[in-house]
Amino acid sequence: MAKLIRFLPLILVIALGGVLYRGLFLNPQDMPSALVGKAMPAFSLSTLTDSDKTVTKADLSGDIILLNVWATWCPTCKYEHPYLVDIAKNKQVKLYGLNYKDERGAAQQWLKHYEDPYQFSIFDEEGTLGLDLGVYGAPETFVIDHHGIIRKRFAGAIDTRVWRREFEPLISMLIKEKQQGK
Amino acid sequence: MKLMTSIITALLLVFYVNSSLASPVETFEFKDEVTKVRFQALSKELRCPKCQNQNLADSNSPIAADLRRELYALLQQGKADSEIVDFMVNRYGEFVLYRPRVSELTYILWFGPAALILFGIVIVIVIVRRKPVDKKDLTLNTEQQDKLKRFLDK
Repeated sequence: MAKLIRFLPLILVIALGGVLYRGLFLNPQDMPSALVGKAMPAFSLSTLTDSDKTVTKADLSGDIILLNVWATWCPTCKYEHPYLVDIAKNKQVKLYGLNYKDERGAAQQWLKHYEDPYQFSIFDEEGTLGLDLGVYGAPETFVIDHHGIIRKRFAGAIDTRVWRREFEPLISMLIKEKQQGK
Repeated sequence: MKLMTSIITALLLVFYVNSSLASPVETFEFKDEVTKVRFQALSKELRCPKCQNQNLADSNSPIAADLRRELYALLQQGKADSEIVDFMVNRYGEFVLYRPRVSELTYILWFGPAALILFGIVIVIVIVRRKPVDKKDLTLNTEQQDKLKRFLDK
């Protein structure tokens, strides 16, 4: 016992070292959103394509909603774009865009030039909805369930690997929840 | 050639000076001195979500500029400090606070160091107050004395 106590500091130091070593490989940008588990914030903004058309929270329909924050000034959004086009073909989810702090003309051009994967894009020039969502960059993607509750926030680009790892399990879980009538 | 180098040097100097001046500059007009001081205090207290080792006052990132503007707007609306902090935490999480609030999650942060110091003090006290080894045990009995003598005489 006395011997064990003598080694206690060494054990503690090794344990602390282990914790700190692990910390070296964690992604500091990978933060839980403060909004997970909360309702999607209300908004009233125009759509990207039509400055006269106002959309609100009620216009985001679908059992599982993906809200993708994008902008033409964001190079990672360009990388992510083809994957979003793929995701849009997935019938289980509805993909909406949040055009964040962008210029209307440039953003419209972008969607014309590439392909428009979104049901529609909300035009958030001032970043007000972005602020309410706790967005601090682009791209970011939110998953909203059939009760309008935000279930996930993912910061960074979606590609096939990320989709499989981060989104597919959650989406099948949400489908199950819906079937069980939760 | 000489002219060329002097032009390049001059250009470099100009850019050098400019880059060193590139810190966030915005002008806010405050309704009174107290609001100004509160703005300065809060923008030092709140952390930029993008550049995680800078506060709102330091950071150049667009999101920090947005949040400074939001902070200013909230102050002008007459919101209390606690309301502003809640506003930020509701959107960006506890993370935006440089001094996290005391909660079950942060007990270890707030009380861990004090607990460790106490633990250390207790250990030191225990070691110091441990009974000294009995003096009697240190003196040699006659048998041992003889043995010692024999060794020394050899």
